Amino acid sequence: MEKRVVFRSSWLPYALIAPQMAITLVFFFWPASQALWQSMLLQDAFAAKTQFVWFDNFKDLFADPRYLASFRVTAVFSTLVTVLGLTLSLLLAAFADRVVRFGAVYKTLLIWPYAVATAVAAILFVFLLNPTIGVVSLLLHAMGVDWNYLINPTHAMILVVIAAVWKQISYNFLFFLAGLQAIPKSLLEAAAIDGAGPARRFWTIVFPLLSPTTFFLVVVNIVYAFFDTFGIIDASTSGGPVQATTTLVFKVYQDGTQAMDLGSSAAQSVILMAIVVTLTVVQFRFIERKVQY
Amino acid sequence: MKIRSGAARAALFAALVSVASAASAVTEIQWWHSMTGALNTKVDQIAEKFNASQSEFKVVPVFKGQYDESMAAAIAAYRAGNPPQIVQVFEVGTATMMAAKGAVKPVYQLMKEQHEPFDPKAFLGAVYGYYADTHGNLISMPFNSSTQVLYINDDAFKKAGLDPTKPPATWPEMHAAMEKLKAAGVSCPFTTGWQSWVQLESFSAWHNVPFGTLENGFGGLATRLDFNGPVQTMHIQNLGDWAKAGLFVYKGRKDEPLASFNSGECAMITTSSGSYANIKANAKFNWRVATLPYYPSVKGAPQNTIIGGATLWVLNQKDPAVYKGIAKFFTFLSSPEVQEDWHESTGYVPITLAAYELAKKKGLYEQKPGFDIAIKELTNKPPTPNSKGVRFGNFVQIRNIIDEEFESVWSGQKTAKQALDEAVKRGNEQLERFQKTNQ
Repeated sequence: MEKRVVFRSSWLPYALIAPQMAITLVFFFWPASQALWQSMLLQDAFAAKTQFVWFDNFKDLFADPRYLASFRVTAVFSTLVTVLGLTLSLLLAAFADRVVRFGAVYKTLLIWPYAVATAVAAILFVFLLNPTIGVVSLLLHAMGVDWNYLINPTHAMILVVIAAVWKQISYNFLFFLAGLQAIPKSLLEAAAIDGAGPARRFWTIVFPLLSPTTFFLVVVNIVYAFFDTFGIIDASTSGGPVQATTTLVFKVYQDGTQAMDLGSSAAQSVILMAIVVTLTVVQFRFIERKVQY
Repeated sequence: MKIRSGAARAALFAALVSVASAASAVTEIQWWHSMTGALNTKVDQIAEKFNASQSEFKVVPVFKGQYDESMAAAIAAYRAGNPPQIVQVFEVGTATMMAAKGAVKPVYQLMKEQHEPFDPKAFLGAVYGYYADTHGNLISMPFNSSTQVLYINDDAFKKAGLDPTKPPATWPEMHAAMEKLKAAGVSCPFTTGWQSWVQLESFSAWHNVPFGTLENGFGGLATRLDFNGPVQTMHIQNLGDWAKAGLFVYKGRKDEPLASFNSGECAMITTSSGSYANIKANAKFNWRVATLPYYPSVKGAPQNTIIGGATLWVLNQKDPAVYKGIAKFFTFLSSPEVQEDWHESTGYVPITLAAYELAKKKGLYEQKPGFDIAIKELTNKPPTPNSKGVRFGNFVQIRNIIDEEFESVWSGQKTAKQALDEAVKRGNEQLERFQKTNQ
């Protein structure tokens, strides 16, 4: 049976959700509607001349093969970031959960990268992987790998994925660890008594019970990869070489704040918003059904 | 309710602040800039000196981030109705600023209205021409200008059996030097900073071939790119071939390659003359400045190089009283003493002939050999329509496009011809958009 609380007062429920509504209106709907309006304008940087051009900005974008290519880059990038980020952090959380001594130290160290600013994270990996001065590059060169992310598109993608995953692992780790600790010990003990090994216990008990956490993190990580990673790309590869690491959000940032082409930038962010809304709806509709709360 | 009262309080606070600042006797002039490190200190010094010289105005320099960031910040502030008085804008943003007629106060007009002495002929031709409109009127105030030079590592040259006192003057000589350096075990014989600026924009001017139509964009918004001619194609193809042979090593789009020269890894680099101080501080080997190489097979080469760097733009103000202070500050800024000091301590070229003469008189070029090569290149010959400079809208995007297409040549994915044709096509789409926007 569903639980229901019925308010007697006619205004109280509205008053209670008003602050949240106000925040959503001011920080989401207002800017989003401005982006919608701006996406149909052709405007110089100083807004001295403004023309209303209907959907011309969108038409230009979809006629541009480079813009279409950045969809593929984004798909590859966000898939890699989400899958790698979740796998690694689940692995780390599973280990950290079993550690008996100095558990707090490991946990603190693993959470640490979350406090590092995005640009700093990117520069950190640039220093490690820079073809000229990078420590890791020297190792790779010694091993005969011609590591050079300035020219090699695959190398550039590896660099930004590593930086983006590293930055997000802490966040995932925290949620996975909390999820693991919430799993009743009695279940695991019962399974152990029945003769299930650690691997089996993980796949038949822990993993299904973690599914709400995993689902939540999948959504959060995809949103992170789509929106929150332009700083990393800007500080490391600037979208290059050629356009190997130009994701949709990086192009929004580049065209909007560096190139001052607000019309096209707004149109791109509207498209991006539509994609993420669709993705989230799909995830909630189809994947959430398989989640066991 | 709550929001409204909050907004009202904010408005009240803002009003109080503006009343308070208006009440003080000194008029403030906000100067937004992008100068870091030692340059930032120098900017502060200049402002302090000016402030000490009079009591009516106070110039307040504010560091607003990289060039593109401070430009974006100034534009956002203008759109919000509260622009700074002066903003430093890099050469790439020139066309955007010039197209914004209502937002910018042209310098020549400002100086005339405020009756400040202002002689266009006092400026170096290459500097003045870059920032003047089609009628020859100066729109923004030249400040930090540099051009492209070649730096060579003397020690690496000697090791390879080359004579550093005779640096390669032409690209065929460069090629021979690269081969010798490579044979002597140098892993990176040659690299370049700012590839689009050095290897295409200035390269075209240096060889007196067009970069774009309508005098490289000086003639109006209908300009289109034109840099896929035989001279540029030959050069980019050579660089591509040298990249394949390991003679030219690509180290990044902007200033990053300089670190590879400073570390001794790369033996030669073509980059900004403004890097002089940086190399001097970091290079642990003997080095020297040399003139940018050219192709002797191209008729008329070498012509003159073009500048880069930034100028100061005056944004339209609600209160015209402040213009007087800005004009006075500009007069102070372009005085030979201030300019010579700026030139000497930063490596940027002196923007006036008087400052150049002063530097010569002080014996600066005997103390710092090669320090005057930049000016000699800029003034090598009177500028032609191909060598005045470049002025294109959406140039930030166009530079990105050129960078991308270059990278596909360095990695061997495209020939120079394919890449330059594609860059012209893509760049022209940007120019069409800019023209449509500003019609």
